[in-house]
Amino acid sequence: MIAVKRLVKRFGHKTVLRGLDFQAEAGEFVALLGPNGAGKTTFLRVLASLSAPTFGEVRIAGYRLPGQSAEVRRRLGVVLHEPLLYGDLTAEENLKFYGRMYGLPDLPDRIAATLDLVGLRGRSRDLVRTYSRGMQQRLSIGRAVIHDPEVILFDEPYTGLDQDAADMLDSVLTAISAQGKTIVMTSHDLARASTLAARFDVISRGVIAATGLRSDLGPERLLGFYREAVGAV
Amino acid sequence: MRSDALRAYFRSMSAIVWKDLAAEFRSRELFSAMFVFALLVILIFNFSLQLDPRARQEITAGVLWVTFAFAGTLGLNRSMAIEKDRSCLDGLLLAPVDRSTIYFGKAIGNLVFMLVVEAVILPVYSLLYNVNLFNPGLLLVILLGSIGYVAVGTLLATMAVQTRTRDILLPILLFPLILPVLLSAVRASAGFLQGRAMAEIWPSINLLVVYDLIFIALAFMFFEYVVEE
Amino acid sequence: MEPKSNALKILDWTAAALLVVATYLVFFYAPKELVMGNVQRVFYFHVATGWVGFLAFFLTVATGTLVIKDGRGNPRPWLIAGWTGLVVGFLAQGMYRSMDLDIMSWVSILAAMIGLYALVLGYGMRKGRDFQYWDIHSVSLVELGLVFSFINIASGAVWARPIWNTWWTWDPRLVTATIMELIYVAYLMLRAGIDNPVRRARFGAVYAILGFVTVPITFFSIRIWRSIHPVVFGAQNPGAEVDAGMTTGSMYFTFFFALFTFTVLFVDLYLNRIRLGKFAEEVEQLKMKSMI
Repeated sequence: MIAVKRLVKRFGHKTVLRGLDFQAEAGEFVALLGPNGAGKTTFLRVLASLSAPTFGEVRIAGYRLPGQSAEVRRRLGVVLHEPLLYGDLTAEENLKFYGRMYGLPDLPDRIAATLDLVGLRGRSRDLVRTYSRGMQQRLSIGRAVIHDPEVILFDEPYTGLDQDAADMLDSVLTAISAQGKTIVMTSHDLARASTLAARFDVISRGVIAATGLRSDLGPERLLGFYREAVGAV
Repeated sequence: MRSDALRAYFRSMSAIVWKDLAAEFRSRELFSAMFVFALLVILIFNFSLQLDPRARQEITAGVLWVTFAFAGTLGLNRSMAIEKDRSCLDGLLLAPVDRSTIYFGKAIGNLVFMLVVEAVILPVYSLLYNVNLFNPGLLLVILLGSIGYVAVGTLLATMAVQTRTRDILLPILLFPLILPVLLSAVRASAGFLQGRAMAEIWPSINLLVVYDLIFIALAFMFFEYVVEE
Repeated sequence: MEPKSNALKILDWTAAALLVVATYLVFFYAPKELVMGNVQRVFYFHVATGWVGFLAFFLTVATGTLVIKDGRGNPRPWLIAGWTGLVVGFLAQGMYRSMDLDIMSWVSILAAMIGLYALVLGYGMRKGRDFQYWDIHSVSLVELGLVFSFINIASGAVWARPIWNTWWTWDPRLVTATIMELIYVAYLMLRAGIDNPVRRARFGAVYAILGFVTVPITFFSIRIWRSIHPVVFGAQNPGAEVDAGMTTGSMYFTFFFALFTFTVLFVDLYLNRIRLGKFAEEVEQLKMKSMI
């Protein structure tokens, strides 16, 4: 579903990604781990078509980036650290706006279904400004999945959430994953990542330093695996 | 197929305009700021320029356009800051639409705000100074001038909000480029208000039209490079 | 750090020598103008610096385009268009002179400008360099343009004081030149506010192009008021009250010599400034390396 070969991303003289290779099959849930500044967010922004690769090949659902970005964008849902919502619009209006940007048919039904999925039906007519961080995050996921994308990218979805909100997010993510979507999530929270993802890729200094499956590692060996991978490069 | 693409283009463009208008209708932040600021500018002009009846005849057009230009930067800055502050611009860029759709959507939204403020300021000015400003020619000039202003302003505001010095930068970037619009608009407006012959006014109107066309085309070409990374 | 090439050293000295000769010509060779007196001598450098400043700003349109295109593209059509433009410009100039067709004067200027733009673009694409290389060119051109245009405006004021009896008037050319100066000051301020080098280069390029396009429009919008600026050769503009007083052969010679001198000086400073820009890049790169 996602195939990245020798991806290089430079900002002027600063090289953030140095020939990164990455693969994700359809329906896989991959957690991208790594210390701050390793290039997780940069990599995610390249996958999200928000940042053009300097060199290398990026294919999502068979389409090239940046050449066929419109096709990619149609199949891609992205949840960034910021919720990308308009505070002066209600939840419903936000979803309506994004739905129209994607040119979706039967929008009212989709909006209702999406609000149910993220558990915000009851507050759909409140301004997003008045939402808590956790609710905004959930609505942001709703925004990202309203067009029923095949691939969903999450950038540090747990940052700034309290325990309840994080648990709620867990259940939403599990529900989405159960629908057979391909999910790539960056995180520096190993504990959270370990309960959800099936595969862990560690980014360090702009390359994938190690990759491991949950079935092989188990939660107890994950920390050791991560430390070793970060130290190895 | 082509008409489908065209329909999709207009649909996403109108979605952006609708979104801006709906949010603004709710908060009225942008409009009230522009309107109050415009009123203050007019009042300050009144005392600093001694707007007695005779002077008014000569400089009404100038006062109006300076007011619009100042209030306009407020609106442009705010309209783009909304997109940038919570990274909503990324949200727009994630949508499978041509980048120029985003430009035209934002520009049309900004134009509507600008025209609404002007539509309120004109009668207020007429009332305060007892000048009749309801002149179809003047309204045409205001429309043409605002289009040029917003066409360049939207592009430059998109650039300015992505810099460290954004609030102070927009007027510095905008005013030297917008000078032809202001000059021609002032001349044409003054021409209509003083009932001059059309032969005197045409060159300014032509210039406004040419400027509008050139800068809509340039902004259309460049917007993509200004928002993409 | 590579040492300065011999060619550049020779150019440095040539430019300096030419400047000395040009100064001599202006003060001792060219005769004193009858109406304006000695102050007319300001014109030789005034026009030359103005020309160079304008050329620099104009070239940023081409280097800016290269920044936006990341130096990529097919050079052939540009090269063909470029040479065609120059030939058309040359022919149109001939028609203007021989047949007295005023419109051909505009056609020739426009064709020459488009031709030059396309040539820079074509040869630039052939070099196969990325946006950062062209960004150094753009900044260098803007900086030089600012300096030369400033000399142009300042020397104009010196001339205007005795002739127009004021340092400053709101004449279209004066105002346009000043606005042009302000546009490129704004360009530098815009760049100063951006840390991301890709964005800095692109925004700069877009603004430089927009800025240059407004210059003629600004000029025409101001010219709706009457101009009192002199026309340098053969005053045909009925609005102009004085001409620049170029009448004798030695005056023409001095004039073109100054023009040539400043063009050489410009090229020399330009090459040196690019060299400086490359050193700045190297320093940046070394800093990045030492940080890792």
